[in-house]
Amino acid sequence: MASAAEIARRDEQGKIRSRWLLSAPALLIVFIASIGPLFVMLAYSFMAKGDYGDVKPGEFSLDGWFSVFFQRDIFDDTLSLADAHLSILWRSVRLSVITTVLTLALGFPTAYFIATRPRHSREIWVFLVTIPFWTNLLIRTFAMQQVIRNEGVLNTLLMWLGVIQEPIPIMYTDWAILFGMVYVYLPLMVLPLYASLEKLDFRLIEAGYDLYAGRLAVLRRIIIPLVKPGIVAGSILVFIPSLGAYVIPRVLGGGKNLMLGNLIELQFGAGRNWPLGAALSITLMVLVMVAMLFYVRNAARSGGGHG
Amino acid sequence: MARALFDFRTRGRFDIRSQPGFGAIALFTFVLLYLPIITLVVYAFNASDSLSSWGGFSLHWFAAAAQNQSVQDAAWRSLIIAASAASMATIAATMAALATTRTPPYPGLSFKYAFINLPLMVPEIVTAVALLIVFAKVKVWTGYTGLGYLILAHTAFCIPFAYLPIRARLEGMDQSLERAAADLYAPPWQVFRRVTLPLLRPGIIAGFMLAFVISLDDVVISEFVKSGGQDTLPTYMLGQLRRAVTPEINAIAAAFLVLSVALVTMFFFINRKKA
Repeated sequence: MASAAEIARRDEQGKIRSRWLLSAPALLIVFIASIGPLFVMLAYSFMAKGDYGDVKPGEFSLDGWFSVFFQRDIFDDTLSLADAHLSILWRSVRLSVITTVLTLALGFPTAYFIATRPRHSREIWVFLVTIPFWTNLLIRTFAMQQVIRNEGVLNTLLMWLGVIQEPIPIMYTDWAILFGMVYVYLPLMVLPLYASLEKLDFRLIEAGYDLYAGRLAVLRRIIIPLVKPGIVAGSILVFIPSLGAYVIPRVLGGGKNLMLGNLIELQFGAGRNWPLGAALSITLMVLVMVAMLFYVRNAARSGGGHG
Repeated sequence: MARALFDFRTRGRFDIRSQPGFGAIALFTFVLLYLPIITLVVYAFNASDSLSSWGGFSLHWFAAAAQNQSVQDAAWRSLIIAASAASMATIAATMAALATTRTPPYPGLSFKYAFINLPLMVPEIVTAVALLIVFAKVKVWTGYTGLGYLILAHTAFCIPFAYLPIRARLEGMDQSLERAAADLYAPPWQVFRRVTLPLLRPGIIAGFMLAFVISLDDVVISEFVKSGGQDTLPTYMLGQLRRAVTPEINAIAAAFLVLSVALVTMFFFINRKKA
């Protein structure tokens, strides 16, 4: 006869088995239609490109990865850095960093403002930030287009005020992409910042003033260090989707101002270079993972300090 | 209420909470968040043929959009995909949440948690082209080119969104009621159906609605996965933006906007009642 401990152990094992069974559908669907294909893509990045898109199956080649960074001159076969790709890569990173900084500059005061409202009205302010967040990204991009185009609200207003005589062409420039990304990703910065600021203990600020700190010193030495986890979380939440942006540069940047997302699409469309597209996608994922790693390390370091 | 909401002034004495200029920046942020949306909706009521001039108030473009066969088809397709994907994602996520909460840690628990949330970490465009590669092959092998691919892809990225509120609800749930039912000789299935499920309902509804909105809003993955003639409303709009834009797009966008806002508002109130 089995001992009581033995029965309990078997019972526990049976439970674990049924827990795996219960979670199988979710794990399976995520694997089939989200994570698994990434491995197929990784394999594709190491194959030779087919003549009309797709790849030559089984034919190993490093050309895809090679052409992410280098190009071969068609006349004298010399190697040079792939300027077109590198400049798009650089634009993606640059625009994402600027977007993150701008959303932080706007989002921090906004989150602080909400956190210092009376308790019952805070909920309404947060709700007002949430609504644009849940609104279709394409619709918001399109809405931004109507503000910044030549006959748009911004130019009309500036001309009416007499600031400018001619409309400023903003559409199809890097500025347009920047406007769009700041507008679209702003809620992603405000919400985690607010979650941090809401927990801020204002007695610490009072103590700061009691010790003759000025407003700036209180902000710099007390508030910002205390809400650093929120700042890091918000920055990551804005930076990552900015880096992979596709719809915003396509609609606002036109055909010339590509970002990484559009360059990837190009390889699967007119470019007919799937291995390069796959290699570029993996590059984008690596960049995102580096950002995530930075976040995880930062969160682990500041996690123990305060709630 | 309204006064408290718009009280930007500092009170008479020194206010330790205020920081100079923060109120003004916050005001600017809210204008920035809402000005584009409001512009878009206002132009949907424009009688003029183009977006450059205001030709008076009219519902003309709403009628035009409603009668446009492509718009009708795309809207219908979007709803079918969102409803199927959200239902499947919610069922799978509920099961997964039951298996990953209220349990002592067991091997694989944190793996499951991380794996289910993994689709959130991958840039959409990357998932989209990876699915394009795989589904292109499957389409050739099986000859099937129906809506199934879109529904499957949507289900996968909806699962983490459905999972989060359901898991949160489960973790906050008191287990004593279920224990009491079991003590009173209710078989496990009865306990689940009569006690656990009703208690879990707000979480399930919230999860479903999140998944529904996320599916309805998706542009990038749909754009790459769809076969010819399978436009959803967002991909139809994206296609139209390449051409000369008429206020018809604004009308579609405005209607879409109202639907999203209604769903989010409902979500907000369901969640608030719970708290």
